[in-house]
Amino acid sequence: MTLALYVPRASVVHRVPAGAKLLALATLAIALFWLPTLAGAAAALLGTVAVGLLVARLPVAVLARQARAVGWWLVALLAVHALTTDLRTGAQVALRLLTLVLAAAVVTATTRVSEMVRVVERLCAPLRLVGVRPARVGLVVALALRFIPVLVERADRIRAAQAARGGSGRGVRALRTTVAPLLVQVLQMAHDVSEALDARGADDVPSRPRRRRTQEAPR
Amino acid sequence: MRFRRPGAAPAADDVADPARGIELRGVGHRYGERVVLDGVDLTFREARVGVIGANGSGKSTLARLLNGLVVPSEGRVLVDGLDTRTQVRAVRRRVGFVFQDPDAQIVHPTVAEDVAYGLENQGVPPDERAARVAEVLARYGLAGHADHPAHLLSGGQKQLLAIAGVLVMRPARIVFDEPTTLLDLVNARRVAELIAGLDQQVVVVTHQLDLLDGFDRVLVVDGGRVVEDAAPGPAVAAYRALMAVR
Ligand SMILES: Nc1ncnc2c1ncn2[C@@H]1O[C@H](COP(=O)(O)OP(=O)(O)OP(=O)(O)O)[C@@H](O)[C@H]1O
Ligand SMILES: [Mg+2]
Repeated sequence: MTLALYVPRASVVHRVPAGAKLLALATLAIALFWLPTLAGAAAALLGTVAVGLLVARLPVAVLARQARAVGWWLVALLAVHALTTDLRTGAQVALRLLTLVLAAAVVTATTRVSEMVRVVERLCAPLRLVGVRPARVGLVVALALRFIPVLVERADRIRAAQAARGGSGRGVRALRTTVAPLLVQVLQMAHDVSEALDARGADDVPSRPRRRRTQEAPR
Repeated sequence: MRFRRPGAAPAADDVADPARGIELRGVGHRYGERVVLDGVDLTFREARVGVIGANGSGKSTLARLLNGLVVPSEGRVLVDGLDTRTQVRAVRRRVGFVFQDPDAQIVHPTVAEDVAYGLENQGVPPDERAARVAEVLARYGLAGHADHPAHLLSGGQKQLLAIAGVLVMRPARIVFDEPTTLLDLVNARRVAELIAGLDQQVVVVTHQLDLLDGFDRVLVVDGGRVVEDAAPGPAVAAYRALMAVR
């Protein structure tokens, strides 16, 4: 699983509020698209790597992993541009992509999920007017991040169990035979998780406005 | 005395009486047509209560009744005098619940965040929250893992994390439903020791009979009824006798 996650360090980058980091990331993305020069993209890449490795003191492996994940895309972009436009444009486009991927990795590796979730909650605050509870949206984001690796692991386990009994691990058929049992597990787990949330007071949110009731009713 | 508007419900804590323990009165439960519990009358005031019985006998349903995860189809369940049907929030603050599968009860991506979850729900201020989370993580040997992704923990550490997430909320009573079933011997022993050391009242559903050593009281459930209610020795003997004739 290549979900870049928080790498604890006592750095300035870690201390910058999550909202500011996300804003900076968005600004960087816009700037890279508005000022499409090779030198600009190269400078942005150098800057991003410097911030990540020297200021935030992240391990090289964290950034390398993200770079490897998009490696083939970069090669493909270069190749396509070399054939259709020119190598220079290709290099610039590839550098831009790499910069954004690494910048995003720096932001995720220096920001706790709970802080990120709080930004999402704040962004969703206006939705309160139409009845959405921002805390719930935040919880959904956290749950998604928590359960992606769990689901990948369950899928692997199903594939292994099928392989152990002579099933083939590849192709459309294998995909189909994995999806059905995985779905069953996901539904079961969703039920279990909702019980666990209830047991830990998911519905017990005193600091936020609550509907007026004389008695609490079970859900 | 403060004047209370007529018709307003009293605050939960006004009527709560911890001396009453957990009471089940004429409790029955069915899922659709299927009767899973029938005619259960119990009062738990002991510090350590165990529940054993065959697969499908109704143990988990019984356990879930104790903190309002399941509301009985018949009868009432009272915790400190609070009805799980009408005061489920107050009940859940008093009764923590630990499930069998730690993966399903860890709901945040990293360790410390997950432990903090229940405190956020209770509206505990951030400073106090951080202090309590740190204290609990240190107590259960997870301090070095505070910022680690939960999915990288071992099975035993995950269960410890799940328990820490409940303990940090300081419930007066905790229900465990097969807390050691997915653990190896070493981790099962750690969890057993942890449970033994708790100040809280504890109700444990389990198939691992040695977990019940030193318990005050053990119930044997069969076909939705409590068929034995005794000290661990006699209760386990009754359970073995029951299973021997199957
Ligand atoms: N949500 C549900 N819907 C329908 N039937 C259920 C539900 N939960 C449990 N049951 C059924 O109720 C009966 C009792 O289940 P319960 O989980 O309480 O048993 P248990 O004693 O905990 O078993 P085990 O030892 O296998 O955990 C079982 O026959 C089960 O199939
Ligand atoms: Mg059970």
